[in-house]
Amino acid sequence: MADRRTGTAVHNRPGPARHVLRLVVTVYLVLLVAWPVALVGRNAFGNGLTDLEGILNDPDVVHALRLTVTVAVTAVLINTVFGVGISLLLVRYDFPGKRLLNALLDVPLSVSPIVVGLALVLVYGGRSGWFGPTLESAGFQVIFATPGIVLATVFVALPLVIREVVPVLQEVGDEQEQAARSLGAGAVQTFLRITLPTIKWGVVYGVVLSLARSLGEFGAVKVVSGNVLGQTRTATLVVEEKYLNFDKGGAYATALLLTLVAVAAIIVVSVLRPKEPR
Amino acid sequence: MTSATLAPDRPAPRRTVRSGRRLTRASGLGLGVAMLWFSLLVLIPLTAVVVTASDGGWAEFWATVTNQQTLAAIELTVGTAFLVTLINIVMGTTIAWVLVRDDRFVGRRVLEVLIDIPFALPTIVAGLVLLSLYGPDSPLGVNIANTRVAVFFAFLFVTLPFVVRTVQPVLAELDREAEEAAASLGASRFTVFRRIILPSLTPAIAAGAALSFARGVSEYGSLVLLSGNLPMRTEVTSVRILSSIENDNLEGAAAVAAVLLVISFVVIVAVDVIQRRVVRRG
Repeated sequence: MADRRTGTAVHNRPGPARHVLRLVVTVYLVLLVAWPVALVGRNAFGNGLTDLEGILNDPDVVHALRLTVTVAVTAVLINTVFGVGISLLLVRYDFPGKRLLNALLDVPLSVSPIVVGLALVLVYGGRSGWFGPTLESAGFQVIFATPGIVLATVFVALPLVIREVVPVLQEVGDEQEQAARSLGAGAVQTFLRITLPTIKWGVVYGVVLSLARSLGEFGAVKVVSGNVLGQTRTATLVVEEKYLNFDKGGAYATALLLTLVAVAAIIVVSVLRPKEPR
Repeated sequence: MTSATLAPDRPAPRRTVRSGRRLTRASGLGLGVAMLWFSLLVLIPLTAVVVTASDGGWAEFWATVTNQQTLAAIELTVGTAFLVTLINIVMGTTIAWVLVRDDRFVGRRVLEVLIDIPFALPTIVAGLVLLSLYGPDSPLGVNIANTRVAVFFAFLFVTLPFVVRTVQPVLAELDREAEEAAASLGASRFTVFRRIILPSLTPAIAAGAALSFARGVSEYGSLVLLSGNLPMRTEVTSVRILSSIENDNLEGAAAVAAVLLVISFVVIVAVDVIQRRVVRRG
């Protein structure tokens, strides 16, 4: 750090180019992100608190918010257990196909949410899906019901915990784990006492990011949920429905709630995460 | 190392995995369970898309995909995603530069948060957000709703973090001695940037660009309220797939979805190749 500061006096003098760059970047981000997002707040309070009170007193919206939170929490729990487990396997063990699995785990990030929904319908759809009719005759409906919404949400947020935990695991190495084991600790004890504390923050970031992503999933949920009012309609679907039915106030108020959660998640992560590695 | 920021879609060169232990019985069981879950959730459903797409044979697949309205949607999606990616390459690198090198700029913390907003914000809200500044009630007096410009803006918004977040950590770790040497030998700032900095950033920029392109091509939620989804004009591929699903034409939907999957697959392979090259160099 020290030599970086002394050595680059030439570069650190703010020249005109630097001011131009600052200006360009700031204007770009204000026009693209800051101003539009700020307007959602303004539009949500356009009629004072009426719109916000309106949606919070609407039993269907409250049901949608509850469903969204339930689904998101379930999806995050599943993805956390799966993510930590698969990260440990990827970093600490050797097995055939590891490189392929490593690449496949990122697939959900670049698949369109509509394709995710379609893929789940093709397999779990009650009428013509591969497994759907069998599951349904066993009394378990997936598509157009809560399990489908959970599956879609888990799918889209799948890589987030893994992406946070794997780098941490690789950085810390496994000397401590080996030491614990050589002193007679069992696998569970080693994991709880040594591994988990060291990857704690990676897991926390992953959970916060997954939560934000899960609360906000729209396209995949739209395909698999059936969007039934008071049953399978989630918060993001409420935003769409309200806006298309000319209840802009209600749409903006619901959007504001979702925006606040998203921004809170970003701020939590950026405050918690150490600014300089090491 | 972890990057200093929230970097949802940075490439993961650290995941090119070092050799580890061999599987024990317990870890083998864990791997089996994890693979079963991953197959049921991701692999089998995605396979179902490809299988369903090929059910009717090549001729039917080709007819569906080259249907005039579908082709228009694919063209619009790929074209706009490409254009947006070019802009992201320039603006993303510039933003990363300001965030890393302009350490006297007090607004950096705020910009950091702004860049992550498109990642965390629900896409339907992203559409609503853009509509409030560029829609019918715009305080700026512009109205891009239901035009192709709206598709462009939506893609620009949702792909903002990718190039920034892939370039930023690489730029932060760059050794400055070569730059200083070049500068002391009389190279102008522009020459230093072009000859010394840019070559080291190129793999990161390329990886970010690929991710941004993939994200743009697969975008759906932010367009619902913003673009009007007019056939032949503002309808993107995802919307086209959804309307097939809603008309109970799952085969047609799967055919177009397969095209998107191929695009994602190509992008993933490209990123993987680029990162391998980076790792070899580093």
